[in-house]
Amino acid sequence: MKRLLTAAFVLLISQTALAGVKIEHWVSPSGARVYFVESRVLPMLDVQVDFAAGSVFDPEGKSGLAGMTRSTLDLGAGKLDETAIAEQMADTGANLAGGADSDRASVALRTLSAKDKREPALDILRNVLHAPRFDAAILEREKARTIAGLKEALTRPDSIAGKAFWSAMYPNHPYGRQATPESITALGRDDLIAFHARYYNAANASITLVGDLSRQEAEKIAESIAAGLPKGEAATLPAAPEKPKWSLTQLTHPATQAHVYVGLPAIERGNPDFFPLLVGNYTLGGGGFVSRLMKEVRDKRGYAYSVYSHFSPMRQAGPFQIGLQTKRSQAKDAIKVVREVLDGFLKDGPSDDELSAAKANLTGSFPLRLDSNKKLLDNAAAIGFYGLPLDYLDQYQAKVEAVTVNDIKQAFSRRVRPENLITVTVAAD
Amino acid sequence: MRLKYLLPVLLAAGLSTAASANPYETTLKNGLRVIVKEDRRAPTAVQMVWYRIGSTDEVDGASGVAHVLEHMMFKGTPSVGTGEFNKRVAAAGGRDNAFTSRDYTAYFQQVPKEKLPEMMQLEADRMRHLNVDAKEFAQEIKVVMEERRMRTDDNPQSKLFEQMNAVAFQAHPYRRPIIGWMNDLETMTAADAKAWYDTWYVPNNAYVVVTGDVDHKEVFALAEKYYAPLEGRALPLRKQQIEPAQEGTRKVTVKAPAELPVLIMGYKAPILRDIEKDSEPYALEMLAAILDGHDAARFNKKLVREDKVALSVGIDYDNTARGPGMLYLHGTPSEGKTAGELEAALRAEIAQVQKDGVSAQELKRAKAQLVAGQVYKLDSMFGQAMEIGQIEAVGLPYKKIDRMLEKLQKVTAAEVQAVAKKYFNDDALTIGLLDPQPLDGKARRPAVATRH
Repeated sequence: MKRLLTAAFVLLISQTALAGVKIEHWVSPSGARVYFVESRVLPMLDVQVDFAAGSVFDPEGKSGLAGMTRSTLDLGAGKLDETAIAEQMADTGANLAGGADSDRASVALRTLSAKDKREPALDILRNVLHAPRFDAAILEREKARTIAGLKEALTRPDSIAGKAFWSAMYPNHPYGRQATPESITALGRDDLIAFHARYYNAANASITLVGDLSRQEAEKIAESIAAGLPKGEAATLPAAPEKPKWSLTQLTHPATQAHVYVGLPAIERGNPDFFPLLVGNYTLGGGGFVSRLMKEVRDKRGYAYSVYSHFSPMRQAGPFQIGLQTKRSQAKDAIKVVREVLDGFLKDGPSDDELSAAKANLTGSFPLRLDSNKKLLDNAAAIGFYGLPLDYLDQYQAKVEAVTVNDIKQAFSRRVRPENLITVTVAAD
Repeated sequence: MRLKYLLPVLLAAGLSTAASANPYETTLKNGLRVIVKEDRRAPTAVQMVWYRIGSTDEVDGASGVAHVLEHMMFKGTPSVGTGEFNKRVAAAGGRDNAFTSRDYTAYFQQVPKEKLPEMMQLEADRMRHLNVDAKEFAQEIKVVMEERRMRTDDNPQSKLFEQMNAVAFQAHPYRRPIIGWMNDLETMTAADAKAWYDTWYVPNNAYVVVTGDVDHKEVFALAEKYYAPLEGRALPLRKQQIEPAQEGTRKVTVKAPAELPVLIMGYKAPILRDIEKDSEPYALEMLAAILDGHDAARFNKKLVREDKVALSVGIDYDNTARGPGMLYLHGTPSEGKTAGELEAALRAEIAQVQKDGVSAQELKRAKAQLVAGQVYKLDSMFGQAMEIGQIEAVGLPYKKIDRMLEKLQKVTAAEVQAVAKKYFNDDALTIGLLDPQPLDGKARRPAVATRH
């Protein structure tokens, strides 16, 4: 009976061109939120476990702790040392991936779905999540590698600009703090164990499964992952970031090209302003080759190979960002053009033609957002982690269509105020 | 749906010859080949147009023209105005771009399936009717110079790689960078780009690859409609250029602002020319997988994790190309270790394979990864089109992709040991070293922040 129902449902879906993806959601008996998309086309399975355990939770003076906890998580767990983990994964043809960003720490498994391949791979995944060793010698080695990488990054104009940009945007919020050689040196094994104990728990986890699996199997796998985690408590967020005051930071560097970032903290995930900002930004600098920034900076003047603007909503207000690279002697001219384009857009918003073009692309390209298991996984995991509505994808096109020029102007005037804009340049003459 | 049931059968048979006719192929009267791989999993389609022309076909003084022309291809035709191409793809809900390599230049659009005909019309139009306007060229060449600054001039590792190839190859055009030398870009004219287009952009020098939720017969009919009216033309003779044998180690050092040294050891290596008869390129590919195929593969396990002589280490080897091949070992020494110590450690790993070979377990593991990878690759329509396009670009038939995988599965430990002995040969070695310089090395500007 269940089969029949599913078949009928599939038929219905294929008749409504705007329908998104069927994401099933439940809470596992052990308290983890689970998101499941059944996709039987290929004999493979993706499992991603996300924890609210990103760098926003790094204690002061210990920046880099979230990243180090995640990167050493799969370097020895339970009875398996780091070599056994990597070898056994390779033996089944599976991959273990993931990482930590500002909000989230992820552990992602891709495996063949045949039981004899899937089960050994899932065993390793559970080991890594439930019983990481945080071996002291391995931690020291990884600290040394991370410190070397940080020192190298501090010689690169794009990294220098990126770091300066984030610390200027978030002067009093953890989003603005970044790992340094000193903060990494300060990390001890106890810090990792405490961080893991606090944040890698069922209440703080969302588990996303996409692939060749029944609902029943998905329930079993999800619970086997959640049951081995401490019940725990969800993470508590710091106070929301404040809007910074306008500032210009100019850093020197011998590079041939200047790197320029302009932006501010703009919007958090799930905020209704997102759709007007998304649609508006398409015209401003999000629409690739057809955006105003691209036309003015690249096509008309040949100032840059890459120029863009985008909004990156995060758990708390994530950035609006404009970026470009240009010959160092023309950085000032390029920034002037960027400001003219931005100011003009803030004043008048898009034209009617531009608005229609933005909507045509954003709604028309919707199928391209969902045409692989990897993309389904990314979407379902973000919906789960950020607690977006389950019908977020179903509603996407209608929400884009509903946006008016006035919505865009108002949303931009709330979110992108010139008096809050941060500008960072590296290697500009 | 069909795929799901077909795949396990294929895999069980060790990826033996597929009975299915998919992908499908036809050749138009003007010489344009059209290859269609149907994949009905989602209502999208990818069109790629591949031209058998890349930086390897350039001549001295005009390096970078293949890539500059790629940029100019978006600048309009008599019927599609400047900037209109991108606009139409965007209006169709599509994404598009292009890329230039040593061996080929390719253009693509990813679109909802019902927009494929319009994309085919657009690509057909610019295959023969491009405007190379001098004013547009004058702007676009600046963009390309910015691209070179970004990708190469300010990127110490790219610069090292560029210099290394310029030393490893002396006669063969692979010595020139794809993006072109800056001076060549500075002196290039619209007429150079136009001549390149007129010579090489003809249907008989191209092929179209379409993947996605399409019916091959419909795609063939569309190709007939849009591409068939274009006239083919004889291509200039391309003389084979053979790199003279290298007779001794070459060394190159690049100084650039950086914190860490980088070492690259590049060995001349064989390229797959005959899928059936060649064996060494397969063996070298399996060797690369055994040394660097996963986190506990030999290089990372020994050099990064156990001996801590390297912060990172890896191998690059592509066994398909139109020109000669190279196998690169590369890495960054740990703090307190020198590039010389890293080089000695890499050599010791190679010597061990030469002396003791590789284990059955290691070989089996590399093959298991290969089998799984064949399933994972089907997750991306774009990836499937890329695979077909790239293999055709080097003159190998896409129909033999499965056969190549079968040959890889048959590689023995003895063959791996034999190629290790043969190709890690100092006389065919080029060593590149990035010598890191302090940012304020020239003391021209202090590296301190100033706030206003």
